[in-house]
Amino acid sequence: MATAARIDATDTTALETSEAVVVRFAGDSGDGMQLTGGQFTLSSALAGNDFATFPDFPAEIRAPLGTLFGVSAFQINFGSTEIETAGDAPDVLIAMNPAALKTNVKDLKPGGLIIADSGEFTARNLAKAEYDANPLEDDSLGKWQLIQFNISQLTMDAVKPFGLGNKEALRCKNMWTLGLALWMFDRDRQPIIDWLNEKFAKNPVLANANIAALNAGHAYGETAEIGQPGTVAIPQRHVNAAPVEPGLYRTITGADAVAYGLVAGCQLAGVPMFFGGYPITPASSILHALSRLKEYGVTTFQAEDEIAAIASAIGASYAGQLGVTSSSGPGIALKTEAIGLAVMTELPLVIVNSQRGGPSTGLPTKTEQSDLYQAVYGRNGDTPLPVIAARSPSDVFDCAIEAVRIATQFMTPVILLTDGYIANAAEPWKVPDMSSYQPFPVTFLDHVPEGGFKPYGRDNKLARPWVKPGTPGLRHRIGGIEKQVDTGHINYSPENHQAMTDLRKNKVDGIANHIPDQDVCLGAAGGKLAMVGWGSTYGAVHQAVRRARAKGLDVSHIHIRHIWPMPNNLGELLHSFDQVIVPEMNTGQLKTVLRDQYLVDAKPLNKVSGQPFRIAEIEAAIEGALA
Amino acid sequence: MNDMTPIKTTPKDWETDQEVRWCPGCGDYAILKAVQRTMPDIGGTPENTVFVSGIGCSSRFPYYMETYGFHTIHGRAPAVATGVKLANPDLDVWVISGDGDALSIGGNHTMHLLRRNLDCQFLLFNNEIYGLTKGQYSPTSREGTRSPSTPFGSVDRPATPCAFALGAGARFVARTYDVAKQTVDVLKAAHAHKGASFVEIFQNCIVYNADVFGGFTEKANQNHQLWLENGKPMLFAGGTKGITMDMKSLSLQVVDVVDGNWEAAGVIVHDVTNRAVAHMLVEMPFGAFPMALGVLYDDPRPTFDSAVIAQNEAVAAGKTPDLQKLISTGQTWTVDA
Repeated sequence: MATAARIDATDTTALETSEAVVVRFAGDSGDGMQLTGGQFTLSSALAGNDFATFPDFPAEIRAPLGTLFGVSAFQINFGSTEIETAGDAPDVLIAMNPAALKTNVKDLKPGGLIIADSGEFTARNLAKAEYDANPLEDDSLGKWQLIQFNISQLTMDAVKPFGLGNKEALRCKNMWTLGLALWMFDRDRQPIIDWLNEKFAKNPVLANANIAALNAGHAYGETAEIGQPGTVAIPQRHVNAAPVEPGLYRTITGADAVAYGLVAGCQLAGVPMFFGGYPITPASSILHALSRLKEYGVTTFQAEDEIAAIASAIGASYAGQLGVTSSSGPGIALKTEAIGLAVMTELPLVIVNSQRGGPSTGLPTKTEQSDLYQAVYGRNGDTPLPVIAARSPSDVFDCAIEAVRIATQFMTPVILLTDGYIANAAEPWKVPDMSSYQPFPVTFLDHVPEGGFKPYGRDNKLARPWVKPGTPGLRHRIGGIEKQVDTGHINYSPENHQAMTDLRKNKVDGIANHIPDQDVCLGAAGGKLAMVGWGSTYGAVHQAVRRARAKGLDVSHIHIRHIWPMPNNLGELLHSFDQVIVPEMNTGQLKTVLRDQYLVDAKPLNKVSGQPFRIAEIEAAIEGALA
Repeated sequence: MNDMTPIKTTPKDWETDQEVRWCPGCGDYAILKAVQRTMPDIGGTPENTVFVSGIGCSSRFPYYMETYGFHTIHGRAPAVATGVKLANPDLDVWVISGDGDALSIGGNHTMHLLRRNLDCQFLLFNNEIYGLTKGQYSPTSREGTRSPSTPFGSVDRPATPCAFALGAGARFVARTYDVAKQTVDVLKAAHAHKGASFVEIFQNCIVYNADVFGGFTEKANQNHQLWLENGKPMLFAGGTKGITMDMKSLSLQVVDVVDGNWEAAGVIVHDVTNRAVAHMLVEMPFGAFPMALGVLYDDPRPTFDSAVIAQNEAVAAGKTPDLQKLISTGQTWTVDA
């Protein structure tokens, strides 16, 4: 743990300061860009900046070297003000090879800075990146500032004393680059050195080589600044600490936040957790995280397929633990029949969907919000279940707790929607005080109640009793065939099916009475325009609304967590606006649900490119609507 | 199991008040009776017993057992049972399935349950037909089976459930048929085996595939049954025939036994731990060979559930769960007031 630098107004730095900077590291998928980005993120956190990151990597594990589709990038937006997205366009692009330059430079701000490793701009690599001429040598990059030097050679020189092979020596390139970036943004190297020493504790030579590369990159910035012959001057900037609430912070990814939130939820409910999972991008990291938390009463089971993953979770819920499963769209599709079984048998279950681009296999490593219909409607029969959507990596923690609360209190499967962006992105998180959460302990029925035991009898929330097999006197059979009201016996009669369908619907609808009213997270509760978002578009929508309001526009931001059932006041709230626009990374799914539920003239704003919204795109929509 | 002294039950204690809805004459009735007769003998307690089934005629079974029961979805009973057993290893878990449920739609789960060796009894009712959907051929139907979906006869080769089970790594494989008096003993042996106990029960579907097993189940044909017993010679047809191993071809052969002198005829003795012979026994082509019944293979290994629990406990040992601490570790920093 470290203490963040708190830089106040009296701390006058000679450096030029920026409010926020967007840096993108891009290289070959073997260049270690995600690692570089991750450590730069830590450094930003320690500098007290607010930040948001966006890792963007190929679906291939090791794509052929130097190819366009093998480019891996990591973008970070850090600043001295509130940062809610990874940034629209980078100010700085660090390109480790021609392919990285080609695929990323078009996003760079006009006048932005390119730092290129000229050592990798060989004829062969240029050809692989489909460049006819070396862009570093013609004027094709004219609208940007270009700084180039041979990072590969400089790294080789720096690590020479350690006697590494060529390949291993070149692997230190990312640390050289990180060292330069640390210098550029006036950052302390020590935390990274500590991390390297820890990471390579078993191989001190590698640790020292990487540290040497890091130091060399940093020194290069310094010497270039004083105009050492043969070096190129590099601009240095300082970004002040952001004004944030005091407290303990950490970086968190959505995947870790889901895992911790589920553990927290189970503790608050007082039940052990059973997690059945099957590897799928981008959801596997939840299984990885939970498999290390056995002392928290977590059993993880890597099943033979998605169906077995959820079926085992249902079995565990039946036996008295909280069953949890997670996947991404294609896997959720496979689980669909079993979700229906959980609805029919009214067992608690949490299903986490880290959405990715679809349909079918789609875009496994890219982000999308196109599984809302699947979550709300995607089952045979009238099969209602609650759906919750998280807005950011840190928000998932609370959403997971909420999912556990609803599942256990209402005896129902709950779908928690996150997405590839939330799962992989990191952001600062003020560590919550667990004692501030209200427990919601579950009660297992363990005796025959007055009036006899009814497996499908109900409490005032319409939830049926949870009975653990092994309990004397309460033996009963459940299953997917229609249940008789109260007894749970098989019953096909028309009256009973009508009654049970109504009960299932009313139970889920009634959850709306046990969730918070919809708030307006920015702006007034009524006016000319509401931007209504859900999920990971939060940051972009929020910033766009903030900017528009700063220009005097009458626009509010509403962000819906409870997708189903929706908060009781939502209809009235939406109708208090002249216009409603729903920005979402699909072709208009929440928009359709809102129209259906509230007869509101919601207009879509859609993007399905596999990339998150840019603030400017949403801002333009606001301005267009209010023009 | 719980700490209470088990009260000796009777078969009646295992019957529910639900009306049994199988066709009159269905082999499932006999299997149900056999299971209800087995339970008191194994000292089972109804509340600690869970029957988990998939979909099909056989899968109605849990409704008729006065225990805990879960009638799940098609093919997925093994996966649900895995969750039940991992969540509460004290429960005595029985999986009830059929040839379509266990080998077609749920083949993957059956394979992995057996491979993992989940401690449970897996009863596969094999009637070589899809009964509940009105008679289509199944993955165990013989080549040429005429059915609504194969009016000119099926053209694909059937699966052999016990061979599948052995191939999947099952440590207990047994075979019986619905009305066999030995079924109770087979079920007892299955229960006594710690781990996944796979029992194939030939079951007569009186409506869509009547008497398909008549070749060895009918009274006149009982000479074609080879009942295996550990440590006993492999004799059938009233001791007049036996199974020997041809050492040149390393294959089983039928030999005549004269005057009960099976040793002279070279009849081999059944060793339930001999996996290679078990493979041969389940693959014997019926007709030239008898139908091998009883416990074909029984060689326990540590169970999946015990391994999971042991690892959970070992990893958690000495660690105090402290969620506040957990979420406060990693890349952290403090912002001072």
